Amino acid sequence: MINENNYSKSQLTLLLVLRFVIGWHILYEGISKILNPQWTSANFLQESQGILSGLSGWIISNPNILVIVDFMNIWGLVTIGLGLIFGFLFKPAAIIGSFLVFIYYLSVPPMVGYEYTLPSDGSNLVVNRTLIEAVVLFGLALFPTSKIFGLDFFIYSRDKRKLQYGKNK
Amino acid sequence: MEKTNNNSKEENLNEQSSLSDDIKKTPKDVSRRNVLKAFAGIPVAGLFGFELLKKINYDKDKRQRILQELGLDKMEFSIPDYGRERKQDIIRVGIIGFGQRAEQLSAGLGFMHPEEVKKRENNNTLKSWLEQENLHVAITGICDVFDLHAERGLTIANNNILSGASPFPVKRYHTYQEMLADKDINAVIIATPDHHHARIAIDATKAGKHVYLEKSIAHTEEELNELYRAVKDSHITFQLGHQITQSTVFKQAKEIIDKNVLGKITLIETTTNRNTADGAWIRHLDSKGNLKPGDENNIDWKQWLGHTPHVPFSIDRFYNWTKWFAYDTGMIGQLFTHEFDAVNQLLRIGIPKSVSSSGGIYYWKDNREIPDSLHCIFEYPDRDLTLMYSGNLASSRNRGRVFMGHDASMELGQNIKITVDWNSTQYKKGIASGLIDTNSPILSFNPNAGEIDAVTSASEKYYADRGLTNTVISGQQIDVTHLHLREWLNCIRENKMPSANIEVAYEEGITCLMAHRSYLEKRQIFWDDENKRII
Repeated sequence: MINENNYSKSQLTLLLVLRFVIGWHILYEGISKILNPQWTSANFLQESQGILSGLSGWIISNPNILVIVDFMNIWGLVTIGLGLIFGFLFKPAAIIGSFLVFIYYLSVPPMVGYEYTLPSDGSNLVVNRTLIEAVVLFGLALFPTSKIFGLDFFIYSRDKRKLQYGKNK
Repeated sequence: MEKTNNNSKEENLNEQSSLSDDIKKTPKDVSRRNVLKAFAGIPVAGLFGFELLKKINYDKDKRQRILQELGLDKMEFSIPDYGRERKQDIIRVGIIGFGQRAEQLSAGLGFMHPEEVKKRENNNTLKSWLEQENLHVAITGICDVFDLHAERGLTIANNNILSGASPFPVKRYHTYQEMLADKDINAVIIATPDHHHARIAIDATKAGKHVYLEKSIAHTEEELNELYRAVKDSHITFQLGHQITQSTVFKQAKEIIDKNVLGKITLIETTTNRNTADGAWIRHLDSKGNLKPGDENNIDWKQWLGHTPHVPFSIDRFYNWTKWFAYDTGMIGQLFTHEFDAVNQLLRIGIPKSVSSSGGIYYWKDNREIPDSLHCIFEYPDRDLTLMYSGNLASSRNRGRVFMGHDASMELGQNIKITVDWNSTQYKKGIASGLIDTNSPILSFNPNAGEIDAVTSASEKYYADRGLTNTVISGQQIDVTHLHLREWLNCIRENKMPSANIEVAYEEGITCLMAHRSYLEKRQIFWDDENKRII
């Protein structure tokens, strides 16, 4: 069992850096899609193989659904990225983010026998950077730093004050 | 239990830095420090914003410099008048030959079979069709030698969702001559098998009807000359069915060529790459493999044959007529015509000095006469230009349509991709400075985005080839056949010359006949410009 009081300054710093770099990456993924008016998730979904390929195919074949998926993707990424950087509603942001990134992974998993026409980022076998990002993001949700180094501090301290007020009464 | 544990872990984690650092500070200091810590994300966000602005400016600057280098920075995008609702008299159209193509043409005019409407509703493609401009036409006549096709045509002509039920009765004619004799018909669309095209078009022109003729224009030189003269001597509006020029991307390609972005063009390569039975014109079976309907009881076979040599009724010939020289010129008439039209509309190359064709039946060894592998070389010495056509029906490897210039090459499909040539003179400085990358397309034009995208992204490179039969005007998906018909109808109303007029149609007709004769006679064929004849 981890001794909770034993986090050193460097351990804390590392958690914070991890939070910032992932937040940065996810935020830019969202913003780059806003900046590119041609962007659509259709190209990515077209590549889909494995358990989510049916869902992806369904999304592509429904232009209205595709528009919604595109919109939710862009603004989901931006919101999650901002949440991670500012440490605002960090836990839901990290968990939803982890889930979203995991869906990206499941849509185009680098399984043996699956071949994609889009160039892949590096060499991958089953595990790729997307999966690692999803796992790390989930891990961050378990080790949140946002109540000290984030706007969640205000939510937390307000809740604490309320709690104390209730006790005094 | 586990949950409580987790919670307490977090609390401790959150608390502990205050415990260790702030132990000697006053409560006020502690809270100020805690508040400051809470804003730890701000410098990160600030840095992010700074880098983002830098990136946006860099991209913008690079794009601008590339466009400037290519001379495209002042490219004008014409504002189309599409969609403007006008009050117009209804033009009454008769359709001769009501097969698959006629159904697409009807949809372009605003008429669709109820079954097709249902199908499009289910796959979400109905909306863009419903948004089509109302062309103010009525299909009032259908002529087909096959009862089933004619009946389907009548149903379609009566189903105009855009402007309600047709105000005029729809009539079936058993011969096209009957239709042409009807004074109530203003214009005809000819979508029969190719061996009827020129004859019907000549008769229609002489009867004073405006003509929209599907390609290819004529099967013999005599017919072509007769049609050319007939149209020239008349007041009708003639349009050949080549919808490609209506695409937004095509208008941009024209501007790119006019601005000499490519430098001197000496070679143009056009191709056909198909690899299916349907693509090789084997079409007498339905999707389940059953024989399609039709026999001598419901098909007027004698009329279908027209002036071609008599053969007994054959369902194979009826549906797969493209396979025989009596009815068509195969890939030349069906596919190269579009390629030639694309090139001729861009560069107005006209009739070549000479043509040599070769090829053979190498894969589809059924009863066909037409080659399934065909290659034609058209020489334009006056223009310092060679046009090549290479068609293959047994491989779908995409080879595109490429205009090769000294300074850059342009691949024109549903998108435009421009790649600067490594040895270009015009862009020498840009290449040397590293601004221009010659290994990949430097510029692409995607009609869906409505603007030029310099510096294409990796995925854009992969997907640039994928296209549709639609184009985009002001963000709206529009069927190009609809636009081509619209242009024809507008020209009828305003007495103007449409884009695929009789002059370009004649040039195309001669060029195709030369290529066809070269294949048949196995020799180089020449054009005698003085006497206006093929030698």
